[in-house]
Amino acid sequence: MPESESVIRLEGISQVYVSEREASLVIEDLSLEIQKGEFVSLVGPSGCGKTTLLSIIAGLLTPTRGEVKVKGKLVGGPSSQIGYMLQQDYLFPWRTILDNALIGLELTGRLDERSRERVRELLISMGLAGTENQYPSELSGGMRQRVALVRTLATDPGILLLDEPFSALDYQTKLQLEDLVSDTLKQFGKTSVLVTHDLSEAIAVSDRVIVLDRNPGRIRREFIIPDEIRKAQPFHAREQEGFNELFQALWSELDQPGGGEKDA
Amino acid sequence: MNQTNPKQEKRDEWMGQLHRNHIQQVARWRHQVLAVQLSMLVCMFLLWEVAGRLRWIDVLLFSYPSKIFAQIGKDIASGELWVHVGVTVGETAVGFLLGTLVGTLLAVLIWWSPFLSKVLDPYMVVFNSMPKVALGPIFIVMFGAGFTAIVMTTLSITVIITTLVVYNSFNEVDPNYIKVIRTFGGERSEIFTKVVLPASFPAIVSTLKVNVGMAWVGVIVGEFLVAKQGLGYLIIYGFQVFNFTLVLSSLLIIAAVATAMYQLVVYAERKMLAGRR
Repeated sequence: MPESESVIRLEGISQVYVSEREASLVIEDLSLEIQKGEFVSLVGPSGCGKTTLLSIIAGLLTPTRGEVKVKGKLVGGPSSQIGYMLQQDYLFPWRTILDNALIGLELTGRLDERSRERVRELLISMGLAGTENQYPSELSGGMRQRVALVRTLATDPGILLLDEPFSALDYQTKLQLEDLVSDTLKQFGKTSVLVTHDLSEAIAVSDRVIVLDRNPGRIRREFIIPDEIRKAQPFHAREQEGFNELFQALWSELDQPGGGEKDA
Repeated sequence: MNQTNPKQEKRDEWMGQLHRNHIQQVARWRHQVLAVQLSMLVCMFLLWEVAGRLRWIDVLLFSYPSKIFAQIGKDIASGELWVHVGVTVGETAVGFLLGTLVGTLLAVLIWWSPFLSKVLDPYMVVFNSMPKVALGPIFIVMFGAGFTAIVMTTLSITVIITTLVVYNSFNEVDPNYIKVIRTFGGERSEIFTKVVLPASFPAIVSTLKVNVGMAWVGVIVGEFLVAKQGLGYLIIYGFQVFNFTLVLSSLLIIAAVATAMYQLVVYAERKMLAGRR
């Protein structure tokens, strides 16, 4: 593939965390390319540096060694090209839903009548009509995470980093939200990186699943998801032929000795 | 809609009855508490009055209620009381508002600079541990025997504890909220104004409540030391001329005014935090 196609490019990333007691190697010499519009999932045992990797791509953390390029440019700090969704919604309890969704625009100095209107429409299209002036505590967990999605999309980033955004939700809500997020991101042609513990979620939503090793984190194996699973909505992807085989293959990859124990 | 279902009607009636019973019980409970509270107060004053009039206690030292109320009445009539109350309330209000403000600003400063926070840490610990009223004489020498010295005594009591409480609440803000701001490229100043300050606002407001009590301590002690006016002065003056009716009447007024002020702060707190959940 031509280089110009890769939106995210990690080259020889190593990350060392230093504390008073020791220096520990979290990620070692990791290289990765992600194409425009691709949906990539990172799975692996805890301690494999998944969240660290996301922070590095987001520019929240400067890697100890190696470089990160986004759209060919070296990442030096957070940019409005990248949206980040956390494990929980982390909506500010003292702001209304609309004000929460507008925070990104406020911070990047792009808040005006037009962008405000666009966020309003986005809220409505996510099934959040009528919640604008409510406070986060009045909404259910699934609705709050949808607001968080709107907040992330409001600044119109080309790349979305998703750090287990469905892990705190109940199973039914999680399935619904997977479909919504997957549809929305495909519709807007976003490039996405998802960190998850849930293997079936990783297969259902992604184009490519990357299994990471731990201590130190590095790429162990990549799985390309076949077209028929990839193109189906996440909920239906789970019923596609080949899904179970893929799940088994991923499972045994993670289960192998040397790959560290799994945590569900 | 208006069709009455006999079964449902019966159920509604039954549940309505349960609800009414509950309301009645709660009201009765509240009345009982109030009745006991009031009778305790009345009994105490009655016993005090009787003990004083029958000379069971030394009237010179302990006075008795009717004498105390007569004293208060006299002071009100002469208008003298309002001067003293005004001075003390003024000093207390300035002391606790300024104490909260300065304490909060200091907390902002050390939040901003972790280095400064580390540097100042031992000084704050020492200053917080020592009995601040002991600094009273120093303040009198520095600021003269008057309003400023009294307010400074109050500040010495309120500022550091406010700083510690508010700084602590700054640090307890969930780092993930800060991460939200950082992912949008927010600066440290934005992290402060958009997350840390609003998240800590309840803690700041609640220090007002603590400080109003502390400020009374500072002001009364300050007045003991220097004042020529104020309720603290009345107590010391009454003590010096051995007029314990004056001492006790001042105490009674302090209790009333301090309570009123505290309730005002509680009310203001509720107003300021309204709309937050």
